[in-house]
Amino acid sequence: MVDKKDYQNTEEIAWCPGCGNFAIRLALQEALAELNLEPHQVVIASGIGQAAKAPHYLRINGFNGLHGRAIPVGTSLASIRKDLKVIVESGDGDIYGEGGNHFLHAFRRNPDMALFVHNNQVYGLTKGQASPTSEIGMKTGVQVKGVTNLPLNPLLIALVSGASFVARSFAGDKKHLKTMMQKAIEHKGLAYLDILQPCVTFNKINTFKWYKERVYHLEDDHNPENWEMAVEKAREWGEKIPTGVFYQKERRVFAEDFPELSREEIFDPRERVYCWPELLENYK
Amino acid sequence: MFNIRIGGEAGQGMNTIGTLLAKSLLRMGYHVFTSKDYMSRIRGGHNFSDIRFGSKPLQSGTEKVDILLALNKETWEIHKNSMTESGLLVYDPDDFSPEGDGPEKAGFPFLKKAEEIGDKRIAGVIALGLIHRIFDLSPDHLKKILSEKFSGEILEKNIKGLDLGYQEGEEKFSIKPNPDLKGTKLISGNDAIGFGALVAGVQFYSAYPMTPSTGVLNFLSAQGEKFKILVEQAEDEIAAINMALGASYGGVRAMTGTSGGGFSLMVEGLGLSGITETPLVILNGQRPGPATGLPTRTEQGDLEFVIHASQGEFPRIVLAPRDVFNAFSQTVRAFNLAEKYQLPVIILSDQFLGDSEQTISDFKPEDFKIDRGKLLKDYKEEKPYLRYRYTEDGISPRLIPGAKDQVVLVDSDEHNEAGNIIEDAETRTKMVEKRMKRMEKITEEMEPPLYKGPKPEKVELILVSWGSNFGPVEEARIGLEEEGIKVGHYSFVDIWPLPRGDWEKTLKEKEWALIENNFSGQLGSLLQKREIGYPEFFLKKYDGRPFTGDEIKRRIKEEVANRG
Repeated sequence: MVDKKDYQNTEEIAWCPGCGNFAIRLALQEALAELNLEPHQVVIASGIGQAAKAPHYLRINGFNGLHGRAIPVGTSLASIRKDLKVIVESGDGDIYGEGGNHFLHAFRRNPDMALFVHNNQVYGLTKGQASPTSEIGMKTGVQVKGVTNLPLNPLLIALVSGASFVARSFAGDKKHLKTMMQKAIEHKGLAYLDILQPCVTFNKINTFKWYKERVYHLEDDHNPENWEMAVEKAREWGEKIPTGVFYQKERRVFAEDFPELSREEIFDPRERVYCWPELLENYK
Repeated sequence: MFNIRIGGEAGQGMNTIGTLLAKSLLRMGYHVFTSKDYMSRIRGGHNFSDIRFGSKPLQSGTEKVDILLALNKETWEIHKNSMTESGLLVYDPDDFSPEGDGPEKAGFPFLKKAEEIGDKRIAGVIALGLIHRIFDLSPDHLKKILSEKFSGEILEKNIKGLDLGYQEGEEKFSIKPNPDLKGTKLISGNDAIGFGALVAGVQFYSAYPMTPSTGVLNFLSAQGEKFKILVEQAEDEIAAINMALGASYGGVRAMTGTSGGGFSLMVEGLGLSGITETPLVILNGQRPGPATGLPTRTEQGDLEFVIHASQGEFPRIVLAPRDVFNAFSQTVRAFNLAEKYQLPVIILSDQFLGDSEQTISDFKPEDFKIDRGKLLKDYKEEKPYLRYRYTEDGISPRLIPGAKDQVVLVDSDEHNEAGNIIEDAETRTKMVEKRMKRMEKITEEMEPPLYKGPKPEKVELILVSWGSNFGPVEEARIGLEEEGIKVGHYSFVDIWPLPRGDWEKTLKEKEWALIENNFSGQLGSLLQKREIGYPEFFLKKYDGRPFTGDEIKRRIKEEVANRG
């Protein structure tokens, strides 16, 4: 059996005390251990930001790449290495802002990976500027009179872009978060999970208490195969904020025709490259 | 040797006619060189293809036209002054009437005759029949080629058209084939790069379509299933390079391709390859910039850009293939170098090389070995695996992720041996040195420029070129030699890091001329940094068109004459 401690390492952590990231990290450790996945079987591709430091604070394969570019890295990895579980983990600024174009196209492709977005509605690492999900009126050092741009609704974008799995959870609801992560990891295709995460340092509006008062679990009468119902739930934000699996319907996975490569094949591609002389016949 | 130019509007089928003619000449045993001049549009405009052939190897286009097959009047107007004295215009009198004296003219109602046979699309084949007769060449090879392409009624009509054209033509020129040229192939630079990637064992290619690199994307897409290559058209070049890096981290050989504009978007990813030490092959098929520039034309304007692109310092390799065969072999080598040194290797091609076709002898995959450097399939040592373990040569063993009980962590931040983020000065210093120390070994491995011509001490002048200018400069050099003017030629392919060698001393002592398809002389700048000195003169060209051998020869003679 895999233990959640197998995922522990000794790196000094740069997150603020009380940060929602700690709970997310613990939920992920538990989720992976309970799925009996060993650290060498999982890869986290991340971008830049506090959330994107996740692969450093776990003992796990990691590609901590560029700001906004974790999705393309994860997409190719998941397709070429079907033996590995790929998780893309980053923040709202990274995935919804800098990497917005990849976020859109990821749903069209539907690669077999999980996408966990720590959504704290603010930029942490650059010290408190508005993010694409910051609410109207939030004052920051840049948005001095308050945010005037509409916050984007990432779940709705996912749904209209063809997502095969759309879910939301809350860092303050660890058991639910772990379950959502497991469902996402087990989903065949791109499993997108938006994780509401209070930023204790820079977001004084969407605090732990603020979320706690609003967040609720989707009821049993919610049918995740019903797209219209999912859209309706995704539009709900304010007094009440639903969490759970909004939508799940499997469809063609990116590169599903591409064969699973063995380690030998990856290491020594020579075997197959000598079978090509007939190709040259087209050139005479 | 002869040059046949086929010109008309986009959409008139010049490419098909040109391909059929080139294949027929190839099978008869001629050396062939084709080049394309096209506009960035789908219909209309003025496009032309040159098919040059002869019994000696051809490495360049030419300014002169022996046969002009003009599919419209505009073609005649634009190219009539390029025709040789013995040249011949082939045209359709129902289409236009060429005015003035000029060269000899052979008018034939291709379209009307094609309609009589029952398919107006065979007008081009009728013209090919006529051209075969003009050169006193048997149409049998072309019949065979048509039978490989068509069957049934369509084939019959094509053969009928070909025979008709042949009957109506008149012998005018004669040229002996080269009997040694059996089994040669006619291939474009872009396809040669694709073949190189296949032989190197590429398993992932991602790109965003961009002229003139799209040919490689098409080639690998067509071969993807057979050779287990995952080819993906990315949403943008940023995604393309990051996907390729993800695949490379996963352990497979990965490549991306673009032109200058796309390369600009890839620059941050280039640095990511550098700091994470993730091997990557990047094709930049140059076209004139900046920004959108001239999308379908050629230039050597990106050399200094690709050498310096990205913030920060890290080693990289730039290879500029000199001709079609070299494009193939350098691509295989690029993959080996990328893995041996764990860094990005840039193949710097251009529209001229990418779109031109040249006769080459067979590619032999067994002549090329795959060197994956310090890639590890397994790791069984006692201490945990560290992706950036310090080693004497600065290159760490690279484990394919997924090995039992080991994790592989790479990071775009500065990192320690394990791949974890650090900020301390000591580790930073060591990591910079670890990466940069490879430069010395790479520089030793870089091949000096190829020298062509009589021994340097016996020449009056040495021509210095890089990349695809090799062919045109070689033709000029040989042409000058035939006229008793002895010049030498250094052709650079390994261009960054700039190789060491005897060439440095030679150029310091001799008079030399720089030939580059750009405005500022970018190789020249690199040579000056190496304290080679300045050229006697600089032949530059930045009109978006490739140099031709005869143009270089003419301009060198002018330069030499001006200098007395």
